[in-house]
Amino acid sequence: MHKPTGPVLGGVIGFFESPDSLLEATRKVRDSQFKHFDCYTPFAVHGLDEAQGLARSKVPYVTGAFAFTGTTCAVLWQYAASKTWWAHLVGGKPFNSLPAFVPIIFELSILFGGIATFFGMAFFNRLPKSKRIYDRSLTNDRFAIVIEPPPSDPHDPEAKVEFSTEQAESYLKSLGAKDTRKVFEEGWFA
Amino acid sequence: MATADQPMNPLTGKIEDALVTAGRTYAEINEDVSRPIESFPTVRWWVCFGVAISALFMGAVLLLQTFKEGIGIWGLNRPTGWGTDITTFVFWVGIGHAGTLISAILFLFRQKWRTGINRAAEAMTIFAVMTAGLMVLSHTGRQWLALFWVFPYPNQRQLWTNFRSPLEWDVFAVSTYFTISTIFWYVGLIPDLASVRDRAVNKVRKFVYTVLSLGWRGSNKDWLHYEAAYLIFAGISTPLVLSVHSVVSFDFAVSQLPGWHTTIFPPYFVAGAIFSGFAMVNTLMILGREAFGLKHYITMDHLEKMNKIIMTTGMLVGYAYASEFFIAWYSGSAFERYIFINRAFGPYWWAYWIMVSCNVFIPQLFWFKKMRRSIPVMFVISLYVNIGMYFERYVIIVTSLHRDFVPSSWRFYQPTWVDWGIFVGFAGFFFTFFLLFLRFLPAIAMGEVKGVQDQPKAIGGSHA
Repeated sequence: MHKPTGPVLGGVIGFFESPDSLLEATRKVRDSQFKHFDCYTPFAVHGLDEAQGLARSKVPYVTGAFAFTGTTCAVLWQYAASKTWWAHLVGGKPFNSLPAFVPIIFELSILFGGIATFFGMAFFNRLPKSKRIYDRSLTNDRFAIVIEPPPSDPHDPEAKVEFSTEQAESYLKSLGAKDTRKVFEEGWFA
Repeated sequence: MATADQPMNPLTGKIEDALVTAGRTYAEINEDVSRPIESFPTVRWWVCFGVAISALFMGAVLLLQTFKEGIGIWGLNRPTGWGTDITTFVFWVGIGHAGTLISAILFLFRQKWRTGINRAAEAMTIFAVMTAGLMVLSHTGRQWLALFWVFPYPNQRQLWTNFRSPLEWDVFAVSTYFTISTIFWYVGLIPDLASVRDRAVNKVRKFVYTVLSLGWRGSNKDWLHYEAAYLIFAGISTPLVLSVHSVVSFDFAVSQLPGWHTTIFPPYFVAGAIFSGFAMVNTLMILGREAFGLKHYITMDHLEKMNKIIMTTGMLVGYAYASEFFIAWYSGSAFERYIFINRAFGPYWWAYWIMVSCNVFIPQLFWFKKMRRSIPVMFVISLYVNIGMYFERYVIIVTSLHRDFVPSSWRFYQPTWVDWGIFVGFAGFFFTFFLLFLRFLPAIAMGEVKGVQDQPKAIGGSHA
C-alpha cells in the first residue's frame, strides 16, 4: 500500500439511507464551501440534478447534429444513386422521386441520431470507466455523497491543495450521513 | 389519503395498488431479480431450453436443406410467391412492436407500471426482430448473395439498389429498428449489469459483468447524461416503431394487388402489431412470473392493464377488417370486391374465420374484470391472439395471391411440412434466445423499479 506515490484519494464518502435524505443533504453541500462533490445512487433520483446544481446534459445536441447529418446523407445519397450514378427507369417514376425516398431519409436520421446518442452519452460519462466503484452497496440500496479534493492547479501542479478529510467527514456527519470514510481511486482489475 | 402501499394516481386521483407489492426493500429487489442469474438453472428451465434448442436445431437442418435445394421445397409456386415465409416474417416483426411500445411510448406517457415488464418486453423485441430478419433473409432464394442485393454498397459498376421500392425501405426500417432497439435495451441494462457485478462472488462473473456494465459507478453526473440519452431513445423509438410496421405494410400496400392495395394498411398493421405483441408479452410474462417467482414485480395490475390494451387493439383490428370489406364494396372495383368475398367464403374461409374469432370475438371476454384478472383465462386468450394474428398475415398474403387476374393460373397454396418445420424452428430460435436472456441478464429493470417504488422505510415517504 505504501508506495512512494500512494493510492490516489478519491474523496470522503458519506452514506444516506433514502433518496429524500440524500436530496436534502445534497442541497446543503451544493451551497457549502465544498465545491467539488458528486452523488452516487443505485437509480436516477428525481430532482437530484437540481439539488446538485448540474447544468442540463448536452447529449440532445449530439443527437440533433447527427440526426440531421443522417437526413442530409440520405437525401444526397438516394438522389445521387437514383438520378446520376445509376439512373434507372422503374415503373415510369421520375429519377428523383423524393416522396419515395422519405422512408429511408427518416430511418437514416433515426439510425444516425440513435447511434450518436449512445456514443455521446458514453463520451460525456467517460464510459467505459477504468476506476472501481467506491462501495458495492451503491448499485444496490445505499446513496452517497462524495466530497472530492479540489483538482490541482494546472499551472502549478506541485502546489499543495487545501483539503481536510477530517473537516469533510465531520461536515457530512453533520448532514446526517450514517457512515463516513475516505475512499481511494482503484482500477477495476487492479 | 394514499397510504404507503396504495399510491394515488396523480391524474385521476384514484387510489391504485402498489406497483411492487409486498413492500420490497431496495436490497430485496436486487436479491429477487438476481436470483435466477446466480443460481443453477432449474429443471423447468432446462426442459424449456431443451425443447427450444431442439426446435432450433430442426429449423437449422431444414433451412440448410432449403439453401441446398432452393425454396421450391416450400409450398411456393406461381401465383403464390409468398406464403408462410413472409407470414412468419410479419408475425415476428409485429411481435417486436409491443416491446418498444412498452419501453418507449409508455415511458413518454410516464406510465410507471411499465418498469416491471419493459426489460423482458424489449428483449422479446430484439429476439423477435432477429427471428424476422433471419426469416426474410432465408426466403430470398440465394441467401448467400442476399446481403449484396439488399444493402446498397459502393461498387465498381455503380449499381445501386432501387430506392423507390418498399422492399428496400423495409431493409432500412427493420435493420434500423433492430440496431436502435438493441442500443436502447443495452443502455437500460448498464446500471443493472453494474448491480449484478457488485453482487458477484464468482470471479468470472465479476469480470464479465464489469466489462458489460462499462464500469458504471452510479455517479449522478453520469445519471444526468444517462437519463437524457434514455429519454432521447424513447423519443426516437416512438416514431421509429410506428414507421417500421407502416413500412412493412407498404410491402403490400404499394403493390397493385387487390386485397393489398389499400390505404388503411399502415395504421391497421401497427394496431395489429401492438395487439399481437402484447399477447406475446402476456404469454411470456405469465410463464416468467410463475417460473421465476416475480409475482411482486409483474403484478395482476400489470397483466390487467395489458389485457385492456389487448382488447382495445383487438377492436381496432376488427374495425380494420370491417372497413376493408366496406371499401371493397364501396370502391366499385370488381377485383377488390371478389378478393374479399373470396377471403371470407372462398377456399381459405377457415383461415379467415380463425382470424376473426381469435382476434375480434375472443378478446371481448376482457370486458369483464374477472376475466381480465384471471391467469388461466388471459393465458389462453393470449395464445388465441397469437394464433389469430398469425392467420391474419396468412390470410392477407395467401388469399390475395392465390387467385390472380387470370383464372387459368389460380392455384390452391398449401405449405409443405418443410414450411411448418421452419416455422417451428424459428420459434425455437426465439425461445432459445429468450431463455438465455432470462438466465444471464436481469429480467426486470431493477434500477427503474426502485425509482418508481414507494420508498421502503423512507423518511418522508414520498413517491420518488
